[in-house]
Amino acid sequence: MLGEGILKGLAETARNFAGSFVSADRLTTVQYPEQRIAPIEATRDFPFLVYDGADWEAGLRCVACQICEKECPPQCIYIVKSTDKKPDYVGKQQFYPARFDIDISVCMSCQICVEVCPFEAIKMDTEFELSTTDRFGGLLHDRKELAKSNEHYHKIHPTEALEVDARLAEEKAKTEAKAKAAAAKAAAPPGTAAAAPQKPVPAAPGETTA
Amino acid sequence: MSAVDLKLERTEGWNRPPVVEPDGEGELLEVAMGPHHPSTHGVFRMDVALDGERVIRLKPVFGYLHRNHEKLAEGMSYLGSMPFTDRLDYICPLTNNWAYALAVEKLTGQQVPERAEYLRVILGELTRVMNHASAIGFLIQEMGASGTPLMYAFKEREKVLDLFEALTGARMMVNYMRFGGCRVDATESWLAGARKVVAGLPQFVDEFEQLLMTNEILMARTQGVGILRPELAINAGVTGPMLRASGVNYDIRKVDGYGIYNRFKFRVPLGEHWDVYDRFMIRLLEIRESIGILEQALKDIPTGPVMDPKAKIRGFRPKPGEAYGRIEAPKGELGFYLISDGGPNPYRYRIRPPSLINLTILEDMCLGQNVADVVLIFGSVDIVLGEVDR
Repeated sequence: MLGEGILKGLAETARNFAGSFVSADRLTTVQYPEQRIAPIEATRDFPFLVYDGADWEAGLRCVACQICEKECPPQCIYIVKSTDKKPDYVGKQQFYPARFDIDISVCMSCQICVEVCPFEAIKMDTEFELSTTDRFGGLLHDRKELAKSNEHYHKIHPTEALEVDARLAEEKAKTEAKAKAAAAKAAAPPGTAAAAPQKPVPAAPGETTA
Repeated sequence: MSAVDLKLERTEGWNRPPVVEPDGEGELLEVAMGPHHPSTHGVFRMDVALDGERVIRLKPVFGYLHRNHEKLAEGMSYLGSMPFTDRLDYICPLTNNWAYALAVEKLTGQQVPERAEYLRVILGELTRVMNHASAIGFLIQEMGASGTPLMYAFKEREKVLDLFEALTGARMMVNYMRFGGCRVDATESWLAGARKVVAGLPQFVDEFEQLLMTNEILMARTQGVGILRPELAINAGVTGPMLRASGVNYDIRKVDGYGIYNRFKFRVPLGEHWDVYDRFMIRLLEIRESIGILEQALKDIPTGPVMDPKAKIRGFRPKPGEAYGRIEAPKGELGFYLISDGGPNPYRYRIRPPSLINLTILEDMCLGQNVADVVLIFGSVDIVLGEVDR
């Protein structure tokens, strides 16, 4: 019969229309600003810098090794290495980024910076509502805007953050054991804990580029 | 409704300018279809010469989306190009990742762990299901059924994209596969979720068939339209569902057996009438075969590592040489040709995109057809301009 196929198709659409009132499976849309889909843990969008402790400047894990800057495919990371050093999480003296900018209008959220970072210092955020009226400055995030606490990392990627913490703790224990062994050998231990967490004063961003 | 009189009395040879004589009444009308038309939004144009409603000449014009991908990749580390391959055929990023990873693995001689191979098959077949469903949706949309079939396809695509996001972190720009494996392992709960989605797929295909397959309007518009003869398809290097709809039995999953495809049982559907309707049906049938592969892969997936422990992420330098890795992407044969000169980045990086090569026979399929059918034939090729222009 001519038109049978069309009627069959219409029956299908009718089934979906009626079904959308009773079955959640058939009603797939949500009204975005009011309703939100539950976040998926693995989600990523833009990178942020992890810091430990309360002070973001002192606690930054980044040691300005510039591997991420080199590997970033769209070249959206800009790092200026400090001239002085500060202690990192195991107490070793390390450089820190005097300036760390990410242009998120260029960033393509590929996660390669996270993969190549040997210090677990850069991770992917899930914050996506970043619209701004400032086209250039508003989308160029400096290290203050990028710095987010380890607690924040735990909140957005709990499983991954626990693994990272375990890895860091293991590394710290290894370094401390090594330091202890070295200290026992030298018989006159200077003590890693004695290195006061002297916070170096980083130059203002404008001055470093001059 | 009679099929369009095809008048295939053209000179033989696939790339010769066609000899179609206008009937001498009135003048030819040249129309620029695009860059803005229903199926491509500002990235593709067809310059059509019309005699009344009949197409006399057709010239595809592309390049609007050129991004210098190949040259950029030659100045970048091997890993650095991986996220850019997502952007080639942005409907199915995972198969692009796979083809590139395969090429680099051939170049460096890396082995891929068993579990990673299974994961690749699962993700590749999910991509194929999603691509074919949306391709049908777009095809019907171009026919004038604004939205409904496309949205039904997207409803299913959404479930697959959620799976991708849960595993890779992104819905489309996944950047998931690595040389020598996959970036992260799938958890048990992810696999359970994948099984649930796959279990729901046959019902979706049934509904989709019910909605479209016997629809009289669809049959009248597509049957006998845009015929692609097998010899022309072979000569032009057409691959994928396009080639199989022309009745040529060529599926790289069967021919090459790359990855672990020779472990799975699946059939290759072939077309008999070589027209747009066949291309539509081939995609539906391939979805069914893909569901079969998915069920087998999800049943057999072993435990173990997903990454070759010896694999290096950065700073590796393959020995001088060349490699060509190809896979059966949803749109056809996707190949990456790499030449290494021993440095950290490829000396030459070349992509063989299925979309571009399938597009070359667009004129041959459209000649003598009505202008309204051009959009339909174009839709049945199933291209993504990100891949055509690179």
